[in-house]
Amino acid sequence: MYEFEFARPATVADAVQALTAEEAQALGGGQTLIPTLKQRLASPSVLVSLSGIAEIKGICQTDEGLLAIGGGTTHAEVAEGAGAYPALAALAGQIGDPAVRNRGTIGGSLANNDPAACYPAAALASNAVIVTHAREIAADDYFQGMFTTALEEGEIITEVRFAVPEAANYQKFLQPASRFAMVGVFVAKYFDGVRVAVTGASEEGVFRWREAEAALSANFSPDAIAGLSVAQEGMIGDIHGTKAYRAHLVGVMTKRAVSAAR
Amino acid sequence: MTKVTMTVNGRPMSGEVEGRTLLVSFLRDTLGLTGTHVGCDTSQCGACVVHVDGKAVKACTMLALEAEGAEVATIEGQAAADGTLNAIQAAFQEHHGLQCGFCTPGMVMSAAALLKENPKPTETEIRHYLEGNLCRCTGYHNIVKAIMAASGQDVSSIAAE
Amino acid sequence: MPKDIDAKESGIGAATKRREDIRFLTGTGNYTDDINVNGQAYVAFLRSDVAHGRITSIDTAAASAMPGVLRVFTGADFEGVGGLPCGWQVTDRHGQVMQEPGHPVLAQGKVRHVGDPIAAVVAETAEQARDAAEAIDLEIEELPAVIDMKAALQDGAPKVHDDLTSNLCYDWGFVEENKDAVAKAFDAAAHVTTLELVNNRLVANPMEPRVAVGDFNRATGESTLYTTSQNPHVIRLLMGAFVLGIPEHKLRVVAPDVGGGFGSKIFHYAEEAFCTFAAKALNRAVKWTSTRSEAFMSDAHGRDHVTKIELALDGDNNFTALRTETYANMGAYLSTFAPSVPTWLHGTLMAGNYRTPLIYVNVKAVFTNTVPVDAYRGAGRPEATFQLERVIDKAARELGVDPIALRRQNFITEFPYATPVAVEYDTGDYVATMDKLEEIADLAGFAARRAESEKAGKLRGLGVNCYIEACGIAPSNLVGQLGARAGLYESATVRVNATGGIVVMTGSHSHGQGHETSFPQVIAEMIGIPEHMVEIEHGDTANTPMGMGTYGSRSLAVGGSAMVKATEKIIAKAKKIAAHLMEASDADIELKDGKFSVAGTDKSVAWGDVTLAAYVPHNYPLEEIEPGLEETAFYDPSNFTYPAGAYACEVEVDPETGKVTIERFAAADDFGNIVNPMIVDGQVHGGIGQGIGQALLEGCVYDENGQLLSASFMDYAMPRADDLPFYQVDHSCQTPCTHNPLGVKGCGEAGAIGSPPAVVNAVVDALRSGGKDVMHIDMPLTPARVWAAMQG
Repeated sequence: MYEFEFARPATVADAVQALTAEEAQALGGGQTLIPTLKQRLASPSVLVSLSGIAEIKGICQTDEGLLAIGGGTTHAEVAEGAGAYPALAALAGQIGDPAVRNRGTIGGSLANNDPAACYPAAALASNAVIVTHAREIAADDYFQGMFTTALEEGEIITEVRFAVPEAANYQKFLQPASRFAMVGVFVAKYFDGVRVAVTGASEEGVFRWREAEAALSANFSPDAIAGLSVAQEGMIGDIHGTKAYRAHLVGVMTKRAVSAAR
Repeated sequence: MTKVTMTVNGRPMSGEVEGRTLLVSFLRDTLGLTGTHVGCDTSQCGACVVHVDGKAVKACTMLALEAEGAEVATIEGQAAADGTLNAIQAAFQEHHGLQCGFCTPGMVMSAAALLKENPKPTETEIRHYLEGNLCRCTGYHNIVKAIMAASGQDVSSIAAE
Repeated sequence: MPKDIDAKESGIGAATKRREDIRFLTGTGNYTDDINVNGQAYVAFLRSDVAHGRITSIDTAAASAMPGVLRVFTGADFEGVGGLPCGWQVTDRHGQVMQEPGHPVLAQGKVRHVGDPIAAVVAETAEQARDAAEAIDLEIEELPAVIDMKAALQDGAPKVHDDLTSNLCYDWGFVEENKDAVAKAFDAAAHVTTLELVNNRLVANPMEPRVAVGDFNRATGESTLYTTSQNPHVIRLLMGAFVLGIPEHKLRVVAPDVGGGFGSKIFHYAEEAFCTFAAKALNRAVKWTSTRSEAFMSDAHGRDHVTKIELALDGDNNFTALRTETYANMGAYLSTFAPSVPTWLHGTLMAGNYRTPLIYVNVKAVFTNTVPVDAYRGAGRPEATFQLERVIDKAARELGVDPIALRRQNFITEFPYATPVAVEYDTGDYVATMDKLEEIADLAGFAARRAESEKAGKLRGLGVNCYIEACGIAPSNLVGQLGARAGLYESATVRVNATGGIVVMTGSHSHGQGHETSFPQVIAEMIGIPEHMVEIEHGDTANTPMGMGTYGSRSLAVGGSAMVKATEKIIAKAKKIAAHLMEASDADIELKDGKFSVAGTDKSVAWGDVTLAAYVPHNYPLEEIEPGLEETAFYDPSNFTYPAGAYACEVEVDPETGKVTIERFAAADDFGNIVNPMIVDGQVHGGIGQGIGQALLEGCVYDENGQLLSASFMDYAMPRADDLPFYQVDHSCQTPCTHNPLGVKGCGEAGAIGSPPAVVNAVVDALRSGGKDVMHIDMPLTPARVWAAMQG
């Protein structure tokens, strides 16, 4: 790692202030950022840890009936405490491994927007609201391609709000080495339609499979998408699987998610 | 350099560290607790698993300064004061759950975290929980068996009879 | 484990719990990275990020001026220093010795693989060394790289080494005289089965990365190297004599607790030589700790063969001839034992467990711009087993016969058996291990299990195969004729103390195998004393006799035999002392349960009385024998040992995704006699884990420019607990080795050798059961590959 200053503010306001320093960077759970720093692929001047900020931790129901999860809430805490949204809790319980889940946070994952991360699929399929210290961003506007989001520099995710669907499920097909999603599909059925978000597969990062959404909104059953497939073009092709394979898996995982949706 | 203070295996410890000093470096290099190992640089292998405030974490993927004020437990603190192995350690010896020993501290610490959450895990649950702990020697057979035995389950009928 | 063996409480055959576990379980092991020498500095290597290039300039001024930097070393500092030696010279089918390029410690003018070390910075801290390594101003003119072996042999291909005539290291034929007869047999065959396959490139990845600490004592002129090695004496010899010019008495090599090796820690590496060299140059201890990412591009890789194999059968399905052509990747340099792996550790095993009268093996070893390739668990024998057992399976399918029956029909059944590939199997019983396998794997129940899987929408397959290996490496005079530049004996000193306790100093090295537990079992059995009276010391050249270390499943067969020989000398001398004490003839002295008695009388003296007399020789035959009780023996085996067995794997394949899961795995092995069945089980488990890893998960992949695509655990898939099942293992079939005193054969590599073909055979069987016309899929059988194969 390159040398950096370390700050661990206790409030969002102090963190925002600390992040105004040149080349300052926020540190969530660090489960992606610290390995990146070890490889010397990033060189912040100041690392601002968000782990000491109590106000961005925890899970609650909002007055509007939304499930609100603090940006600093760990995957393990979501897996344990988001019972109101079982598919989301189950997804959190599949991220990384137990030790990673004890450190990694939902805010950190969404801010990083790794193209193979799990949370972006849930957030996009639920059209979650990404709340920062400055504003609220709808998931549909938030994800802008791999490792790219609507966040401004120094903007901190303080909360993520989910409308709990009637039924939902996440199916994750593992990349055998990293155990990130080679293809992960989150299907969420709301009263006004079905949303399908796919992670791991596309060079553009998480995306909505709108053709499947339309078919499933009309008929929420695996058969509804039997003839559908995503285009191979734009899929990731690498040593773990070709573009064609990932496109195929999107279909299989979507069907399975629909079958398993509760 | 910044002073960091934490409780390690029940004893208050402190030392001077840089911002970039990892918890595992603080334990190994500053405190001389070399039982916690480093086997990779991508947070995959789990040789460095310790408990921070009662939860399993990878000490190679946490800054020492983030553990300020925390309760840290390492492999060195697992046996009784007189050296008697705890139930998990004893089961690992009894069932040959280790060979070269390098992954063992992380395995034992992960197993301890598992049994705290789930006192009677099934084979499948154990294998799944060990997703973040790599062992290259044992093929995992005897590790899984040892953890089942440590949880009080009868392992006499597992394979190899 | 068989109950009769399990029942024994101590000595040979007892499942004694491992004493070394206590320190490993309490965090008090002493691995190389746990060693810190007062005042040590740290080194960081600047490594090539291109596969092939010419260093046009290297400016270290800025780096040298960085905080904490003690010195920056480049290739120029090593111009007068020897290169890393190769320990085996292969002679090719035309009588030519192999092409042998230099292997500098730091690059001399050219870089030849990603990871090739170019410069080294020694600084006060590891991070300062890394900071400064990045500040070295380096210019490299990138050259076209050769990655594919067949392309590397084309006319006009870029040459990895400008001073060699081509990228061909050697073109080996074995047995060359059989070539024409083999061709004739193929012409006369009723059926020929041909298979082209790849034995995938692997990275050993012991969980402990390599570490080296060099130290120098100016007062004594002695250098010390602490290193993660399977064979400290070999490192002392190679580095002392060939690289740095330090005589053995001024060089101590210590390999303390070592966190796994699997072959990758046999070899002498540049970093070890560098740390020893730099410690002397700077008069400071110098430490290097590899990161895992660095390990992927600096540890020797394994396997990487491309093979065409052909099997000829007569009209009765008897094997009549076998012919192979293999391209073996050497990487950019010859690692320590690289040339021997695809030749003498591979060609000699091509008979397998079968009576094939005529065999011809051709191996072309090729230089490429990749990390050097050398021995990895099994080393040559997994490659031989894989191709042979896959081609037999394919032949059975082509002929419409049961693959087990085809194997049984062609088994060698009489021993000793001289194969057409120059080795003589002393003992074995392949029918017995196959019978045992059918029992423990419950093959009779397979059809019902398949039906259950099909009900759940899964395809189920069964794969069975045999294996044989040559272990207990190796007769020195024989390997000398074959090109080895070393002897392959082992040594032991048995030191009996005055009060009867024993310390054994062995040249074998334990890095997970449990020698500290199993070796005392042997001595306890021989003398009749408790195991706890015996301690094992190993790993430090300062206090152990010259030994060749641990690899090739040799520790007990060769190192254990040396220990037995030394103990026999101890017992012979002790009997003389006992005879004197009891005023009897030494021919009448019997040793049992730690007591010497005079045959036919009730006179006896205890072990401790005799050992005390040896060191307090008041009443002692000083005119006949010396005081003291300490003996050394060197043991050189007269043949290899030949463990063999039969393995079965059952898989389920998800027809929608191609994902393979291992449902059952069984191994029936014949390791000859067994000292500690618990440890043997563990060795087999671990080998199977690695073999399944090779078959399903692991693959080291380069792109066409020589960039390593599987450069960390994020892309190189290591087997995890949930990738693997419980294994049924059995070693109750025991045909003892006839030529070593323990009758042992070795068990360390069997699992890794026997398991990959079982997995692939099973997957092919599953797919065919689902109506897919698939005959072969190259490893690793990732979901993507299996799915692609199913698409036709």
